[in-house]
Amino acid sequence: MPIKSYIAFPHSGEKNQLISALKNTEHCEVVPSTNKDVIVLVTDTENDQQEEDLQQILHSIKEIEHLNLVSGFNDKATQL
Amino acid sequence: MMNRRNFLKKAAAASAMAAAVTMIPGILFASDQEDSTLSGDINWTKGPCRFCGVGCGILVGTQNGKAVAVKGDPNSSVNKGLLCVKGYHQIMCTSSADRLTKPLVKKNGKYVETSMEEALDLVASKMKETIETHGKDSVAMYTSGQSTIPEGYVASKFMKGAIGTNNLDCNARLCMASAVTGFLTTFGADEPMGCYEDIEHANVFVLWGNNMAEMHPVLFSRMLDNRLTRKNVKIIDLATRTTRTSKAADKSILFKPQGDLAIANAICYELINNGWVNNSFVEKHVVFNKGKTNIGYGLEDKFKFKDEATPINFNQYKTFLEDYRPDKVETITGVSAKDIKYLASLYGDPNLKVVSFWCMGLNQHTRGTWMNNLVYNIHLLTGKISQPGNGPFSLTGQPSACGTAREVGTFTHKLPKGVVMNKKHRELAAKIWKVPYERIPAKPTYHATEMFRAVDRGDIKFIWTQVTNPLVSLPKTSRYRPAMEKDSCFVVVSDVFPTPTSDVADVILPAAWHVEKSGMYGNSERRTQYWDKMVEAPGEAMPDAWMTIEIAKRMGYGDLFPYSKENHHEEIYNEYRQFHAGKKHNMAPVEVLKKQSGVIWPYIEETGKSTQWRFNSKYDPACDSTKDFDFYGKPNGKAVIWQRPYEPAPEVPDNEYPFWLNTGRVIEHWHTGSMTRRIPVLHQAVPNAYVEFHPDDAKQMGIRNKQKVKVISRRGTTVLPASINERGMPTKGQVFVPFFDESMLINDVTLDAFCPISKEPDYKKCAVRIEKV
Repeated sequence: MPIKSYIAFPHSGEKNQLISALKNTEHCEVVPSTNKDVIVLVTDTENDQQEEDLQQILHSIKEIEHLNLVSGFNDKATQL
Repeated sequence: MMNRRNFLKKAAAASAMAAAVTMIPGILFASDQEDSTLSGDINWTKGPCRFCGVGCGILVGTQNGKAVAVKGDPNSSVNKGLLCVKGYHQIMCTSSADRLTKPLVKKNGKYVETSMEEALDLVASKMKETIETHGKDSVAMYTSGQSTIPEGYVASKFMKGAIGTNNLDCNARLCMASAVTGFLTTFGADEPMGCYEDIEHANVFVLWGNNMAEMHPVLFSRMLDNRLTRKNVKIIDLATRTTRTSKAADKSILFKPQGDLAIANAICYELINNGWVNNSFVEKHVVFNKGKTNIGYGLEDKFKFKDEATPINFNQYKTFLEDYRPDKVETITGVSAKDIKYLASLYGDPNLKVVSFWCMGLNQHTRGTWMNNLVYNIHLLTGKISQPGNGPFSLTGQPSACGTAREVGTFTHKLPKGVVMNKKHRELAAKIWKVPYERIPAKPTYHATEMFRAVDRGDIKFIWTQVTNPLVSLPKTSRYRPAMEKDSCFVVVSDVFPTPTSDVADVILPAAWHVEKSGMYGNSERRTQYWDKMVEAPGEAMPDAWMTIEIAKRMGYGDLFPYSKENHHEEIYNEYRQFHAGKKHNMAPVEVLKKQSGVIWPYIEETGKSTQWRFNSKYDPACDSTKDFDFYGKPNGKAVIWQRPYEPAPEVPDNEYPFWLNTGRVIEHWHTGSMTRRIPVLHQAVPNAYVEFHPDDAKQMGIRNKQKVKVISRRGTTVLPASINERGMPTKGQVFVPFFDESMLINDVTLDAFCPISKEPDYKKCAVRIEKV
């Protein structure tokens, strides 16, 4: 099921809080930039319901200013 | 050992990091994180992206005979490692459950699987029989700006050199034909003079009806990077709809549909009126012409038009422009005189380098050739052309609209070098193809729209489409779908997936996808890119070039197609290169293409380098070295400033049909969606088309977001959900619909009017009314 990656932009001054919020969210892994207020987010869910739930959680995280989807891999629907 | 799922997570992280690096210069991630993404027993092979005309370099990861990942090629100067959301996911479409893997032949109204041998025998016999009964002009091929260079070349050789008909055209007619006629009329030579490196040198980018943020996203990112890292860089969005591009631009100027003709002339008026003309450049390198006016719209079958150039002088041109004083054109354009004067001041400032970008907004226009001419006029008057950071830059839509459609020449009037009307060009083609010169007809026949009209009339009795989906992409499909369903025409469709076009086929031939064959594409900046086959095609799917060769052999032309199955792409390219030998269009040898992420022609043999800026003797050895600039496409070495007036669109809103309809694309989907709608993440992102309204119009009509409405024209109707204040916002009195969705066919509604010079249809302007469902 879906593996996706995003570029997450926190609101000004809220990078650390956003890293913390994402790290505490199930199915999420974060790769913060070491010199800019940008975080790469990788999500890995097992089914449609989990994915839907995660999307709702991500949309409710107030520290996120923008979340840009970069890539997505769907393990079942493709040969990947 | 990394398991596959972990590998995919690393690949996903790598994609995002690569995107971030390109979007935000200087961004760093911990080195252990970056390095870890490159591990795994994956074999990475370079190639160009399958989708748009930008031509990003990709690296395709293969494992156990399967394509498993894609990432941007950091060695490609086009994209420097970045890809857009379509690029990253492209290979996912290949494993779609409904992939065509066996030929299908319609028998008693039902499709029956057959062998490739049997299907090719049937196609060849039908084509031969049709020619014997009805003549060689009763058969046609319709190909693509997504065909590889070898595919386009063998199609041209087969139709024009072997059979002896000019009944070959391609879907690039729908997107780039006005750019071609614009280049040829102004410069006598097709394709942009500059290259993408212009982006790193320019101070001002004027985007003429071009939503680059969605249509050319990687180039748009390069522009944004440039603005972040350099002082005095501006992006001006000139459009009929507020888009993601408008929001990122420094200034958004909205104009009324068709008003661009008057805006461009008004800018030229201002340049002259303010003394901003580069007189020395104009005197040395430019002549002035006017063409015919009131030239029609091609709405009737068998429409004919031939332009005539009449020389004029600078003063006559200046007098013509008096009608385009900025305050005089405010009503036509909807743009304030102040904004036009501002645009002119940017072009006219000798200290600013200016690049104009455009694509479908100017090309898909009933005066598309004129609009291309008019933008060149601005750059020629100011001498801002053929220099780093200064130039008019026509972008292409498809990955090989330049390389295949324009350079190989898969249009009815074209040959791999030159045009069928020119005796010398026919003689060269006949010599290289080893066919009698008399076999290549001297008259063009059907351009795309007229080709499908001829199918409807019953004049074409056999048509073979390759790598394209005309029954979604043509204008006025409400006429051409029933036409293709008629028994009077035998329809062969080669494709990777079933489409509305294959639904009406008598024979469906399964085609190999991009990385399942070797080939070359040519992108918007004259860059030719090579790739090797990376995985096997499924079932009996076959490269389109090889299908053409197999049919040619079966029809008795085998001696003209002596290529090997394993290496035909390379053998064909080597033959094709002969057409462009010489300094003005030299193509790089295949050995060079294999090593590099593309080479820009003319390739300079002596130095092994690309020519980045044509017509400037400092960069282009094909120029007369005694001149600073040499527009060598014209016999006198001078470019042409064309006097082209404003003329209205053929169909404008009225009481019965009060809205303009504009159509286009979204970033997630490629053209008719046959590939991207089979990529789950892209399909989920935008699962269906919609109709965008200006909020005031929606409020006045009582239409809510997502509410289903009918879009109705004099041609047809389609039902779509409304979109208000979402991705884009049309101006008041206009609606916008993306065309990717075969279940909501907006091209049933559009008008098949075209530019009389280029024969390219206008998908941006017709009149519709809206009804609630």
